[in-house]
Amino acid sequence: MKKEKIYQHIAFFGLRLSVLTIISVLGLILWFLAKEGFSALSWEFLTQPPKNGMTEGGIFPALVGTLYLTSGAILFALPLGVFAAIYLTEYAYQGRFVRIIRLGVNNLAGVPSVVFGLFGLAMLVEYCGFGPSILAGSLTLGILILPTIIRTSEEALLAVPQTYREASLALGVGKWHTIYKAVLPSAIPGILTGSILGIGRAAGETAPIIFTAACFYAPRLPHSIFDQVMALPFHLYVLATEGTHFEKTLPIQYGTALVLLGLVLGINLIAIVIRTGLRKKMR
Amino acid sequence: MTNKTKIEAEKVNFFYGEVRALKDVSMCVQENMITALIGPSGCGKSTFLRTLNRMNDLIPRTTLAGKIFIDGEDIYSPAVDVVELRKKVGMVFQKSNPFPKTIFDNVAYGPRAHGVIDKATLAFIVEKSLKRAALWDEVKDKLKQSAMELSGGQQQRLCIARALAINPEIILMDEPASALDPIATAKIEELTRDLKKKYTIVIVTHNMQQAARVSDCTGFFLLGELIEFNATNKIFTAPQDKRTEDYITGRFG
Ligand SMILES: Nc1ncnc2c1ncn2[C@@H]1O[C@H](COP(=O)(O)OP(=O)(O)OP(=O)(O)O)[C@@H](O)[C@H]1O
Ligand SMILES: [Mg+2]
Repeated sequence: MKKEKIYQHIAFFGLRLSVLTIISVLGLILWFLAKEGFSALSWEFLTQPPKNGMTEGGIFPALVGTLYLTSGAILFALPLGVFAAIYLTEYAYQGRFVRIIRLGVNNLAGVPSVVFGLFGLAMLVEYCGFGPSILAGSLTLGILILPTIIRTSEEALLAVPQTYREASLALGVGKWHTIYKAVLPSAIPGILTGSILGIGRAAGETAPIIFTAACFYAPRLPHSIFDQVMALPFHLYVLATEGTHFEKTLPIQYGTALVLLGLVLGINLIAIVIRTGLRKKMR
Repeated sequence: MTNKTKIEAEKVNFFYGEVRALKDVSMCVQENMITALIGPSGCGKSTFLRTLNRMNDLIPRTTLAGKIFIDGEDIYSPAVDVVELRKKVGMVFQKSNPFPKTIFDNVAYGPRAHGVIDKATLAFIVEKSLKRAALWDEVKDKLKQSAMELSGGQQQRLCIARALAINPEIILMDEPASALDPIATAKIEELTRDLKKKYTIVIVTHNMQQAARVSDCTGFFLLGELIEFNATNKIFTAPQDKRTEDYITGRFG
């Protein structure tokens, strides 16, 4: 009896320690970024293009570019990923074929992002002739986050009780209608979680857009989806690796990182609010 | 019995993988009658019931041998549209399974899916079905409330109302009263007796008195076999088979 208690204490202590470590690392990063970057933040920083060889001014074009690229990626990957997940869980015969596809999807999720970037360059920029553009970048990011979205959507669909499907089918309701009206509503919170992860990843990736969409400097906003854009993570990368003005642009770098972080957190927050609302409605 | 045969099962065998859950079950269910299926747990009552609206099709690696006719039509022939079949053969499940939607939307789910969009018509169907299922008085003021907040017995009656809302010809009930108190059970029994004027009902029950009270015919299952099938009064007063007698008198192991 006593021994058990000691084990329990040790286990709880270990759990607490892990949580504490994670939270303090996260907190440290946030605090550091906030401390260093806050001074750079201003209305002008958010709404003006960079000036003086990017040593002054703001990040407006990069902010807009990242918004475009991320929205494009989600617009492309979310429907495609959800449909693929529906097919895999609800329609496909659960045999070897589906197992191989699942394995492929899981492996794709682990492929380094620079590989996706090279694929985008070869396939979209060169072969399809899109050139480095919002279109090519969005699609590349979309392909990058597709496995995450498929996987989380599949999990969300599998978590819907089988009894909902049975109840609906037993009422003489067709399969698609059953999925649409009885299964999907319960799966949507989970699917949203997948897209949150996807958005965060798409907004923050640099490697996939270096060759496919991002440009070094563009003071004006893009006119069409075939234009190149600036993007926050690439902007940060450029500033940080640019030898000559490196020191001078440090506050801008931290500011950019802070804005990028804020953007991702903001989008996630919106999705979480929607998800909580939906969960409440489901009860 | 002058009634017409509604369902006819001919040597039905059913397999879950290698496991044989039904053995040569043959049975004729009469129109506008209540047929009760009794038997110990795991003897295949639910399995048999689910072959009648092809719900077992959903379970992978199952096979059915034999034939089942409804209104003279082989329901396992390739020409049959399963969706249409299930519109005709409604089902109430052993475990109540309402959708996480409002009470109204639960009952309106089937009619909506079948193309009823007029609000007044839907409201009429919902009210009629809930009244039929003896639930209306309890929920008429909270139709917009989630069905998940109802009690277990209320949920079961909601599922009955949901099945009635699509106006089937046959209703399969898998222990509809197992989670109900005596008053609600009495309501359901009265309801089934009332429903048989319009519908053909097959009901699985563990409650002997219930089978005796409501049904016209009774079938006794044991280990996947239909041991005896006859008019209810015959089964309960003069069973032909020793095992049937043992079971209904409670002398069963
Ligand atoms: N999905 C399934 N997969 C494999 N075997 C199953 C499945 N469903 C039922 N069985 C088996 O088939 C047999 C009959 O089960 P069934 O559910 O028809 O019994 P039942 O008479 O309805 O019992 P109860 O009164 O407990 O509901 C049992 O031996 C059971 O283990
Ligand atoms: Mg059963």
